[in-house]
Order: sequence, then structure tokens, then C-alpha cells
Amino acid sequence: MSLESATTVPLLAGFPFEWNYIRSIIVVSLYVSVAAVALSTLVSLPIALAVGFSDFRGKGLLTSIINTGMGFPSVVVGLAVLFTVSNEGPLGSLELVFTREAMIMSQFVLAAPVITGVSLAAVSSVEQNVRDAAYAMGGTRLDVALVTIKEARYGIATAVLAGFGRAISEVGSVLIVGGNIAGADGTSKTRTLTTAIQLEAQRGRFETAMILGAVLLAIVLVVNGIVVRLGSDEGGYR
Amino acid sequence: MTIQRREFIAALAGGGAAGLAGCSTLTGDDSDAEISGETLTLTTTSSTYNTGLLDELNAPFEDRYGVSVDAVSQGTGQALETARNGDSDVVMVHARSLEDEFMEAGYGVNRRDLMYNDFVVIGGPDDPAGIGGSDDVTEAFTAIADSESPFVSRGDDSGTHTKELEIWDEAGRSADELGEWYQEAGQGMGDVINMANQQGAYTLSDRGTYLDMQGEVDLEIHVQGPIEDGPELLANPYGIVAVNPAVHDNVEYDLAMAYIGFITGPEGQDLIENYTANGEQLFYPEALSEEPNFRQYVPEGWSADGGGNSSDSSDE
Repeated sequence: MSLESATTVPLLAGFPFEWNYIRSIIVVSLYVSVAAVALSTLVSLPIALAVGFSDFRGKGLLTSIINTGMGFPSVVVGLAVLFTVSNEGPLGSLELVFTREAMIMSQFVLAAPVITGVSLAAVSSVEQNVRDAAYAMGGTRLDVALVTIKEARYGIATAVLAGFGRAISEVGSVLIVGGNIAGADGTSKTRTLTTAIQLEAQRGRFETAMILGAVLLAIVLVVNGIVVRLGSDEGGYR
Repeated sequence: MTIQRREFIAALAGGGAAGLAGCSTLTGDDSDAEISGETLTLTTTSSTYNTGLLDELNAPFEDRYGVSVDAVSQGTGQALETARNGDSDVVMVHARSLEDEFMEAGYGVNRRDLMYNDFVVIGGPDDPAGIGGSDDVTEAFTAIADSESPFVSRGDDSGTHTKELEIWDEAGRSADELGEWYQEAGQGMGDVINMANQQGAYTLSDRGTYLDMQGEVDLEIHVQGPIEDGPELLANPYGIVAVNPAVHDNVEYDLAMAYIGFITGPEGQDLIENYTANGEQLFYPEALSEEPNFRQYVPEGWSADGGGNSSDSSDE
């Protein structure tokens, strides 16, 4: 009886959709993307503030370089990170190839320009008279920066979200540097939602791939919802 | 993690002390302890990975040795390249010519025959080139080319792609000069089967991946391989090779050899024999024989005078 039903629904017979497997994939996806976005934010925000506050020769050029970085093809980034962490590469002795750390590195390279570029736009759009007022009231540079961040917080939240969206939905570089590894015990080691979708589609199991896609979409929606909610709880956003 | 590392060091120290004390026999327990907690990186082809065979093999190995196996699925060309860079410890592939090149260049040691299955020519049920039931694969390829029926090639330097090019070569055709009906996908076997299915096109597939996906596509086998008495040209032998620790001193050589020992031993070979998908056996064990060939594996046409230079030996 059970054998019969297994042959009539081969899609479900080969269904890898047990909870441990899917949960470990979600954990890996979130771990890698959140870590990469947190690191990118730490680096990007000061850069965006510094560039946004000052006027110097070549500011336009620097801004275009940052904006170009927002469009880096992820497979190229993956390849570059692979060369860096490969045993033959400059960081070879750290043995990072096919690890989550290597995946975080590539996601960092992809997310940082997005977060920098979008926050720079947000910071630049804070009206000059707000900054002037902060200065006039005797604020230090730090005070002015804090006032600007407060004014631009929704733009900065958007920047972090855009970086997160880029990181978690990206497949090319994590596949190259991570290797899409799941253990024999059925839990993910470097398999993310996107690379799992790719594998399932390759195996012709499109239904499973679609379900994983829905999970990915749900995560992005929930994260967006949380950030928007945070923004509105603090007194709304512009 | 720390504790495992300590145990590892303690085991190494213990083993060293035992060695110094002149204790000649190393018990199974000691050799197990030396590698426990380590991670083996295996690069392999999509045909072994996507069929699920590796999960079946790796779980008992991981249990026995207390290690983990990171299996990375790549095409044969890419898998060997990763090993060449010292980024994997052992490779399991199915393209003898590329394996031999890898061995001759000194990157691999201790290659073993592992298992075999065969290639099949699959295509839509209407069979526009009329090759159904043919027992000559070069004739079938010629018929496909003459009728300009759509054909999807892997085009990715995989073992299957290498075999396909070999068959075109035997048929007296060059893959570069085929017409628009010949498409290079540059993708894995599963993707190519899906593409061929969409177009009712022909393709060359390993039997394992086809059987695994049989339920999801309309494609049928038109030319059988040697497992179903088809031509020997469609044989598909798999080998396993350890990466040479003399070239890359970071590789987990002991672990790689333990893995090779396990899957070419009775337990691993039994698992391969008994592994099925959709009720059919996918792979046939080949490592054990009642009449073993006990010479070290030597690539075809290799002579020690070649000095490891593969172009020299191929010229001879």
C-alpha cells in the first residue's frame, strides 16, 4: 500500500521537505545574510556619513564608484572571493573555502556598496538647514551626525533592507564559495534557500523548489515588515 | 569543538608515544581516533550527488569515524580543478581521460575503480530521428545529425559531456560544426534533462540521473548502454582519487584514504549495490573482485620516463 502510493506520487516520495532540513537551511541563510549585512552596515554607515557631510574634489566620482558597486555581478564576486580563499590564494592558509565565513565575505562585498549608496542618498537628502541648525546650537560633529542619522533613519533602514534583500536572494556567489553542502544527516552546512532552490530545480522537482521560494519570499516580507514597524513605532517616518 | 581538538591532539600524542615505544600494531581504535572530528571535503559529479547515493554512503562513514563529509557537487572538470587547487581532499568522477591527466600531473594518488553504470541516449517519445532500439550509438548520433533533430549537450566539461564529444568524434562529426539544432546548455545533467524534456530533444544522460528523474519527464531511452546489452562505448566507470598530500600538504590524506577504504570495501560496495531509485538499481559496484588486479593503477599509455609531463606521454 505504502509502496504503491510512493510510486504514484514520485514527487512526494522524494520529498526532502522534512522540517530539520528546511529549518537548517533557513538558519544558514539567515546566519550568513544577517552577519554579512551587520558587518556591511558597520563599515558602510560611517563611509556614507563621511562622504555625505563633506565636500571634496572627486566626490561625484566616488559616488559613482559606490553606485557602480551596487550592480556588481554576484558570480564575479563569488569568483574573486574563491580565488582569495582557495588553498592557492592569499588567504588559503585559513581554509575558508566551502565555509559559511567565505559566504559571509562574498555577501559582504555584495551588500556593502548597496548599503553605502542608499544611505549616502538618504544622508545627502537631509536638508542642509537641519545640519546648520544643529551646528548653530553648539553641536559637535558627533551630535550633528546623530541628528542627521535620526532625520535619515528611514532612508538608512531602507538601505539596510536593500542590502539584506541583495544578500539573502543571491545565488551565484554563495554557490561558488559555499559549495551548497548539506550533511548526510540531512542538515545544511552551507546550503541556503537560493542554492537549495537551484538544486531542486536541477533535479526536476519544481514543486519543492517553489515551496522553498515561497519560504524565501516570506522571510524577506517578514524582515521588511519588522523594519517598517520599527520605523513607525519611533514616531513615524518621512 | 575545542574538546574534539584536544582529543585529536591527545590521540596524536598517544599514537606517537605508542610508536616510540615500539608498539608495532596500530589498533583500529587508534586510527579512528586520529581522524575523528575532522572534515573531509569531497568534490564529485552531479550524477552521484543528485541521485542521493552519497547521502547513503556518507552517513555510515561519518558515524563510524566521527567525522563529517562535505560533499560538493560540481562537473567532473570543475571537481578535478578544485582538487588541483588543494580545495578538496578526494574526488569521485567519471571521465577516465581527465582522471588520467590529473594523475599524470601528480595531483592524485591511489586511484581506485569504484563502480559503474552506463550512458543512455534519451529523447522524446516521437523519436524524430528514428533511433529507437538502435544498438550502435555512433549510427544513432549520425541519424540525429542527419535529420537535424534537436539535441541538448551538457557543454560543461563534465564526464557526460566528455563522453558525448567522444561519440561525435567516433561518428566522424565535430561538435563545433553541428547545426543550430545542437545546443550547448552549460548546465548540470538534471537541468539538461529538463531542457530536453521541454523541447522533445535528444540528449546523452547517465542512466542514474535519468532513472532518478524518470517520473518527472516524458523522455524515453532510445539507445541502451552496456547494462542493458547496449554498446560498450556507453560504459560509464566511476573512479575515486585521493589528492596527493605531497603537492598540497593541507589535505586530509588519512581521512581521504579512510573514505576510499570504506566505500571500496564490502560495506560501501553493498550500499552501492542496493541503492535504488524508482525501484531500479542505479550503480554497480566494481571495487571488489575475486580475481583482483593488484597492480597500482597506472593511467593508460603512461611510462615513468614521461616524467609526469602529460603532453609527452600522449605524444607517444
